[in-house]
This record gives sequence, structure tokens and C-alpha cells, in this order.
Amino acid sequence: MTHTDRPAPAVEFRHVSKSFGTTKAVDSISFTIERGEFFSILGPSGCGKTTTLRLLAGFETPDPDGGEVRILGEVVNDKRPYERQIAMVFQNYALFPHLSVERNIAFGLEQRRTPRSEIAGRVARALDLVRLAPQTFARRSPAQLSGGQRQRVALARALVLDPAILLLDEPLGAIDLQLRKEMQLELKALNKQLGTTFLYVTHDQEEALTMSDRIAVMSHARIAQLGTPAEIYENPRTAFVAKFIGESNFLDGRIADRTDAWWEVEGRGGIRFRIPVLNGLASGQDVRIAVRPEWLDVFHPDAVPAGENAILGTVRDVVYLGETMHVVVSAPSTPDITVALRNEGQLINPLPWRRGDPATVAWRPEDCQILEDE
Amino acid sequence: MGASGIGKLPRWLIAFTAVCLFLMHLPVLVLIAFSFNASKFAVTWTGFTFGWYRRLLERDDILHALQASLIVGITATAIAVTLGTLIALALARHRFRGRTIYEGMMYVPIVTPEIVTGISLLVLFVFLRMPLGLSTIIIAHVAFCVPFVVVVVVARLAGMDENLEEAAMTLGADEVTTFFRITLPLLWPGILSAALLSFILSFDDFVITSLVAGSGSSTLPLVIYSMVRRNVEPSINAISALIVVATSVLLYVSDRMSRRNDPSHA
Amino acid sequence: MTALDMPPQAGGPRSATGHGLRRRALAWLAPRPQAQAWTLLAPGTLWMLAFFLVPVIVMCAYSVMPRGEYGGVDPGFTLEAYTRFLHPVYLTILERTFVLAVATTVLSALAGYPVAYTIARSGRWKSLLLFLVVLPFWTSFLVRTFAMIFLMRDTGLINSWLIASGLRQEPITMLYTPFAVLAGLVYGYLPFMVLPIYASLEKLDPALLEAAEVLGARPAARFRRVTLPLSAPGLIAGCLLVFIPSLGSYLTSDLLGGAKELLIGNLVQNQFSTARNWPFGSAASFILMIVVLAAVLVYLRLRPPDTVRGW
Repeated sequence: MTHTDRPAPAVEFRHVSKSFGTTKAVDSISFTIERGEFFSILGPSGCGKTTTLRLLAGFETPDPDGGEVRILGEVVNDKRPYERQIAMVFQNYALFPHLSVERNIAFGLEQRRTPRSEIAGRVARALDLVRLAPQTFARRSPAQLSGGQRQRVALARALVLDPAILLLDEPLGAIDLQLRKEMQLELKALNKQLGTTFLYVTHDQEEALTMSDRIAVMSHARIAQLGTPAEIYENPRTAFVAKFIGESNFLDGRIADRTDAWWEVEGRGGIRFRIPVLNGLASGQDVRIAVRPEWLDVFHPDAVPAGENAILGTVRDVVYLGETMHVVVSAPSTPDITVALRNEGQLINPLPWRRGDPATVAWRPEDCQILEDE
Repeated sequence: MGASGIGKLPRWLIAFTAVCLFLMHLPVLVLIAFSFNASKFAVTWTGFTFGWYRRLLERDDILHALQASLIVGITATAIAVTLGTLIALALARHRFRGRTIYEGMMYVPIVTPEIVTGISLLVLFVFLRMPLGLSTIIIAHVAFCVPFVVVVVVARLAGMDENLEEAAMTLGADEVTTFFRITLPLLWPGILSAALLSFILSFDDFVITSLVAGSGSSTLPLVIYSMVRRNVEPSINAISALIVVATSVLLYVSDRMSRRNDPSHA
Repeated sequence: MTALDMPPQAGGPRSATGHGLRRRALAWLAPRPQAQAWTLLAPGTLWMLAFFLVPVIVMCAYSVMPRGEYGGVDPGFTLEAYTRFLHPVYLTILERTFVLAVATTVLSALAGYPVAYTIARSGRWKSLLLFLVVLPFWTSFLVRTFAMIFLMRDTGLINSWLIASGLRQEPITMLYTPFAVLAGLVYGYLPFMVLPIYASLEKLDPALLEAAEVLGARPAARFRRVTLPLSAPGLIAGCLLVFIPSLGSYLTSDLLGGAKELLIGNLVQNQFSTARNWPFGSAASFILMIVVLAAVLVYLRLRPPDTVRGW
């Protein structure tokens, strides 16, 4: 038996592929989830995130040459869901309608032949964990619960088994906004408190950013980028990631010449801007960058700070968003550029920009996100 | 089309509908009414009596036929529901090659006229030199009930959340356990509906039964038929009335029950 | 450590435990979805093959064999039964059956559509009315047919009342006429027409009618251009559900039509009882089955291609 230095990660996908007919729902993806991690898979519908979850759960099996799925170091390709150390929370809760709350939660324990005497205690503790009072809720039937309560019961039912990995399939989709935010924080707290590994699937990028230790962004059956929320948000690697998470402005150009630590890039319509020097870039290469609205600022054309990239244009619109103000600037030959400015109170300290004003958009060269081809 | 309310409809339409519905029920209502008529001839109403009903109890042939109908009905239903539910499970929960064709083929027995299925079964039994009797009746009834059971149960399964079975499996229940602890209890109302449908189809069947019963056995519809053919007396009204009332009660009870338990999602 | 404060479950999920045979069977079936499906399908399919398909095949075989002396068949091959069918007598029966089925369908549609429409628009009366329509559907066909006899025969209720009230001296002969069979069929199958039309109308979005109204359409136009076309699938389905059983009808013509109004169903039955011509009966039965299946195929073509599971 080989002795490893550190314990096996909770989940490992090694070049896993899954096809339905001729379409690949998951195309040779690889990733690792460490024990205790809150790991999210984020992407639009159809990207393969749900299939990935189901591959881990055991409802789908990888293609014959389609890689390995490992749980705690063990290959589980051939194992049925009930043979894997997982528990799952479904989007529509999937509570057994013909069983009471306590029978629902006890279900998994009964399958493991837990002695009767123990079951009641564990059920009560599980309900406490999700903050539902056992006396009130144990005897109720799922039909008598609200959406949020059902979701908590679904959680309790999964957690009472102390699984190695908890799978969550867009569990907060059907819950309203206020409660959703509360539950996001609760889930995160549970993850830390219990030390259980969480695999969370969602299309809501805000949710993923809020709760996750790491995020895998998926698109078209592949992982577009894997990293911490900060890495994903601040250093998006592809245009897809830059667009899907938050907002981005895109600029295209061709690398011209190099000055010190920067490349000079020529864009369309005579625009020039600087980008950081990175390996793999050469003069004459086409490049695409992304800049987030909050990294830009708007200046009077004569008052642009030195050393910053600048584009001269005209204010096309000023949009009131509450917390922020968006100033949309149009410049010839480029798509409109959106700048996000903090709203310091339009009634007391309004922005000086009006439609039609000439304005310059500026940002620091190091804030350019150089995008890879997809 | 819901909420417009009956008030907005033209008068002639309401009247027409009322007349149609009335005519749809009139014959049977009349039949039942006259089962209490003391006179043997339907012409005039001579007085109220339960006599014809009492008469039914004296007739051994009717009682035996009733017993036979019940035995056949219950047995055929039990078999048809089992076979049909298994098929429905396969159709609703599994993707398999040839599924569309299979689904289509299942409707063929439903559209085939009873005389055709009856004759073909008679021919088969004769060809195999099987003696005709209760067992051939049961075999025939199962054959025409199964497609109906499948249709009802498939519909019920389609409305049932698949995640429930998946959830059970993540909680440690294998396929068999999941079926008995989750699928079956939730499917049960649908199965009962299918059973009711199957039983009524079997109990009321005349054409097919008359062909495969042979000379020795008789079910209730067969006896009623020969009574209608031969000598018409209000006993027929009485037994008819009983059948109608029994069916209506069964239907009403089943409707109420299925309305109370509709646990298709949580 | 977990906050559940208990040592982790010994054994965890069942992998090495569980009944041996069951576990092995499930493990074998797991990667084989076809086998899973066919395990479930097998018993019922075998039954249906044995007691539906095979009988039809045997019946076809009988239809091309020579007639036996005392009923049944003798070995051999002959198309005599089918050529016999081409005799005008039998073709008349086929024609009569067809005409009757069409008439039944048309009358049922004319009566059934208004009824379905009313029910769909009836608000709180809806479930009661539906129940009233569905009830006959479940009541024994034999009983309902007898009820017609009770009403229509010479000593039946209608005639008794007519004579007693002096409106007539002689009873009107209603039984054993084409009229009786037609009435019996419409009475019997009207619910089959009402229900699909109702279902179709139920699905109609009231917003469509409102939109039409806003665009200037009057009630008659709204009906003609919105309601009717959108309820067409239900209407077509209803016609099919009435036409098919009418074609294959046996009991109604037997009890209400007597010997003069033979339909194909009666012809077939006759061959197996009094006439003892099994090949011919089988042939007629087979022809009936083909006609019915053809009607279904026509329906499947006629059906608007976009209709989903509904109809």
C-alpha cells in the first residue's frame, strides 16, 4: 500500500467526459476539491455544471474512456449513488411528501440500520443545526412548510448522515431574495462549522462569489477558469468569464511596440493604450483586454492623470443604479464604455456629467485584463 | 377559458346543453325509476315496490354470474395492474431503444374493436384446444385491461417528481428499496385509479366475454344480455339500477380519494 | 469534528453490505439501461404478445384457410373468404357500417361541441357538469343500451306515453331501425366527443380572445377565427374517439338494430355462431381491424403537427 504525504482530496475529476448521444455534455474536465472546501461550479444553463454534479453523485457514469471520478482517493466510476459517501440537496427540495419531516430526515439513517434509539436524537440535532425547532417541525408534513423551511429540512436530511461531500444543486433558486441572502450566509457558516466538503452548483454569479472558497466557471462542457472568487473576478482569463461574472468593457487591438514595462497597443480609430508585459505576447499579435467599469474613471478631457490609458469620447448616458452610477461614454470606432462611479448622493453631490459632454475615460495600465482565446 | 361565468353565454346554448345532458341521463334514470314499478309492463305506474329487487336474490343464475364477474374482475385487475405498472415504470423512467414504437403499439389494443380481439382470442383458444371458461375470460380481460392501466399509470408517473427517487438513492436506498418506500406509496393513488378502471372495464365487458366464455360460464353482463333478449321484465331494470348505482358510488369515492391524496410534489 | 456530536456512522453507506443476490443483480443491471427497461417490460409484453398479437396472427391464418365441415378450419390455403367479401351483400354491410359511423360522428360533433363549449365557460358549475358528462362514460354500455330499448320499443315508455296521452293510436316503430342504431350510438359515444373538445377549450388562453376583441373582432368572428381553430385538435380527437368504436360497434346494432341492420361487427359474430364460417368471419374481422387502423393513421396525419402531448 502506498503511503501518501497528505490525505486524498475530497473529490478528484481526472479528464472526465460524458456524452449524450453525439453531444459532449462534459468534455475532459479535471479538477480537485479539497476536504472541507466550499467549491462552486458556476455557469449558464447548458454549460455542463449539472451533469458534472450528477457524475459525482452517481446518476451518470463517465463515458467508457471518459476519465475517473474519485471520492476520497477511491475511484467511484462504477459505484451507485447509494454506495458513495455523498448526500444531496435538490433545487426543488425533493422532500418525500408522504413522510413527515422527522421521517424524511430519518430516512437515510434507517437505510444505514442506525438503531432506533439513536435516530430520534440525531434527527433533533439535525433540525437544530438548520435552525428549525424540533418540537414544532418534526411532526409536520412537507406540504405544511414554506419554501425556506423545506430547504432547511432538505439540508438537515442530508447533513444528518455526516457525508464526506454535500452536493447542492441550485438549492436557493426558488427562494425569494431576502431569505436567499440569509441562507447563503448560513450555508457558508455550516460549511465551516461542520468541516463537510460542499459542492455547490449555480448560475448566479453573486451567489458563487459570496459563498465559495473556489469557483470553477464552466462553459460549453469545459472549465473556463478555476480559482478563488478574487482571482475569478479580478483576473478573468477569457472574455466569457469576464462577461459572465460582473460586467466588463472589452477593447481589441494589435501589439505595436514596447516601452519599459508596457506594451503599446493600437486599437481601432486611433486609440492607443498600454498593457502589462506578459509571457507569450509578441509584437504584431492581436490582443483583447477587459476592464471592469469600477476600474475606470471619467475626467474632463484636459484633466487626465499622467501614465493612465485614456480614451476620448462623449457622454452618452448617465444611469442611476442606487449604490453606483454608471456613466456610458461613446467613442468612435469602439463599443460604448461603461464606467462605474460610487454614488455619493446625487441630491447633495451630483456628478458633473451630462449627456453630450466631452469626457475622457481613463484607467491604469495594470488594470487591463489580457484575455485568452477561448 | 375559465372565468367568464355561465351568465355570459347565450341562452340557446345553455338550453341546448341542458337538454343534451338531460337526454344523456334520461334513459338510465327512467330505467331506474321503473325498477320500482309494481307492474310487469312498463306502460303504467301501478305502485312502488322492491319486489323486483327481491326477485333478483331468488335467481341463482344471477347470483352465480355476479360471483363469477367479481372473481374475474378482481383477478384480472390484480394481474393487469401488476403487469401494466411494470410497463409504465419502464416507459416513464427508462430510455430504451424502440420506446416510441412500443408506446405506439400500446394504443393498438385500445383502438381495436372488441369484436376483433374477442374473435381472435376465441380462435387462439380453439387452436390451442384450451377449454373455455373462467380462466379464458380472465386471460382475455387482462389482455384488454393492461393498455389502459399503462396509460393511467404512465400519466401519474410523469407527474411525479423524479428527484424524489434520486434523493432516496443519495440517502442510501438502492433501486428496489426506493421503489417500495418512495415510488410505490406515491404512485398508489394512480394504481388505484388504474385498478378501478380495469375492474369496471372487466365487470362491464360483454362482447369479448361472450365469445370466450364457452357454454359453461356466465358473467353478469352475459346473463343480463340473455334476459334482455329473451324475456324482458323489471328484474332487468333492478339489476341495471344496482350496477349503475354501484359504479357511480365507486367513481365518486375514488374521485374524492384521489383529490385528497395528491402528493405529487413537496 | 462534526457538530452533530456523534461518532461517524460505522459502515457508512451500504457497499459491502446488502443482500448478495439483489446487490449483484442491481450491479449487473446498473450499466445496462436497456436490460433494466426490458426486465420491467418483459412480463406484460409477453402477455400482450401471447394474448393479443398471436391471436390476431392466428386469426389471419384462419382467414386464408378453407372452411371446416363442422366449423373451424381445414388445413390449406385459399383466398375464398376475402373474395367472398366482395359480394354486394357484404359490401353493403361495410358501406352501411361506414355511413353509420360517419353519421354518428357528425351528430356527436354537432351536439358535443356546444356542450363542451358551455362546460368550458361555466365557471363554478364546471366540475358538476363534467361529472355529469363523465358518468355515462363509466356506466355499463349494456345497461345504457338496454335503457334505450326500454324507451324505444313498441311497448316501451315513449310509445306508452304517446298512446296514453292520445297523441297516437298505434305505436311508432323505433326499435330495429337505422334511427335506433344511430340514436344508440350517439347516446353511447357522446361523452367521448365532449371530453377532448372540452380539454382543448380549457387550454385556450382567454388573453387571445381579449386580444381579438381589442383588434375589433365581434363574437361570431372571434369564435370562427380564434376559438374554433384552436379547439380543432380536440374536435378531431373527439371525432376519432367516436368514429372508431362506431365502426367496430356490435352491441348497439345487435340489440337496437336487429337482423335488418347488420354492421360488420354483427357479421363477424354471426360467422362464429350460427353461420359457422370461421375463415370468413376471420377475414371480415381482419378487414375491420385494417379499416380501423387506417382511420387512426389518417388521424395521425390530419393532426396539426405542432400539438404536444395533449392530443
